[in-house]
Amino acid sequence: MNSKPKPIQIILARQFASTLAMPILIVDTEGTLIFYNEPAEAILDQRFDETGEMSSKLWSTLFALEDEDRNPIGLEDRPMTLALTERKPISRTMWMRCRYGEWRHVQITAFPILGEANQFLGAQMIFWEL
Amino acid sequence: MQVTLWGARGSLATPGPETARYGGNTSCVGVVGREGTVLVLDAGTGIRRLAATIPESVRRVDILLTHLHMDHIQGLGFFAPLYRSDMDVHVWGPGSATQRMAARLRRYLSPPLFPVSLSELPCRLTIHDVQSGEVDIGEFRVCAALVCHPGPTVGYRITSSAGKVLTYLPDHEPALAALRFPSLPREWTSGGTLAAGSDILIHDGQYSAAEYPGHCGWGHSSLAQAFSFGTLVGARRFVPFHHDPNHTDDDIDRMMAEALDETRPAFQVTPGVEGTVLDL
Repeated sequence: MNSKPKPIQIILARQFASTLAMPILIVDTEGTLIFYNEPAEAILDQRFDETGEMSSKLWSTLFALEDEDRNPIGLEDRPMTLALTERKPISRTMWMRCRYGEWRHVQITAFPILGEANQFLGAQMIFWEL
Repeated sequence: MQVTLWGARGSLATPGPETARYGGNTSCVGVVGREGTVLVLDAGTGIRRLAATIPESVRRVDILLTHLHMDHIQGLGFFAPLYRSDMDVHVWGPGSATQRMAARLRRYLSPPLFPVSLSELPCRLTIHDVQSGEVDIGEFRVCAALVCHPGPTVGYRITSSAGKVLTYLPDHEPALAALRFPSLPREWTSGGTLAAGSDILIHDGQYSAAEYPGHCGWGHSSLAQAFSFGTLVGARRFVPFHHDPNHTDDDIDRMMAEALDETRPAFQVTPGVEGTVLDL
């Protein structure tokens, strides 16, 4: 994928995420996964240096999500999708499974990134294993 | 365009014999286009002398402020065109998350910090909030982008009608936004897209490599980092700027030689000496 210029807020978000132990994903306004940090690499079983940016269609297939009652959560109801489309923060506990992994009980928090004059720049998602 | 450095010192005006060669006035650069458009980049103490060179026939001046730290606005109240009723003065700069640019600027240009309020100035004054993006000013296309420096701070990319590019990043710490600098591509580097392919890049080079670790996060670069940034963006000519007030002329000479020896940049380096005139 061609990489677009990044606003400073996104550049700093990547720097911040690079120094944290919590798994973090950052997407742009179109939902393209533009960065994930090393703890997230372990969960996604992918390395950012190898995959680079991924379209929303591609990265959304990397893991499955189920709610607390073990009902599948569709793409349109996923936290990152809601943060992008409704531009509101969302935090939920759910079950998550990566391609070859086991189901994990996690808290997922996603929130939009707003810059100067409320310019919408993308969204960020944090996993917290329960 | 003709580019003149009217003040290249950072942080604090620094008059004295030990700084006479590089100059003691704080950040101010004049840009004059072939069709007569006048831009002033930052309003440090160097702006007072710049004002005296503006021809009587000029009726509009645009001042582009990168941010509102004192060394970039302290000369504004002494800019003579502000006191001419026949002059249009446009001041551009970044607002904050909660305040417009005019409100932020008024905190300095009002008592008790300054005797004259913005509303009392005789000129026709227009204050613009700079957003990331492009705007046409006279014959120039001006692009602004927020960059890594404490508080809302932008850099400016100025493109002439002939396609020549001047980029002005006087206060910039791109290394803060990278775990290893410079390891990331331009689009992931603060200011990287803004400065790409500049014919002239005026850039922060306040510290020596030894000084930088003690000032990390203050919003400035070492000369070696600055040269690495220039290489990353493919600059053709690089002007180190925003000299530390504690550095004498001899200190800057020595720092420059060390940084050039360490980084061996492919571009031309023109020391940021007050009074330097560059034609582009």
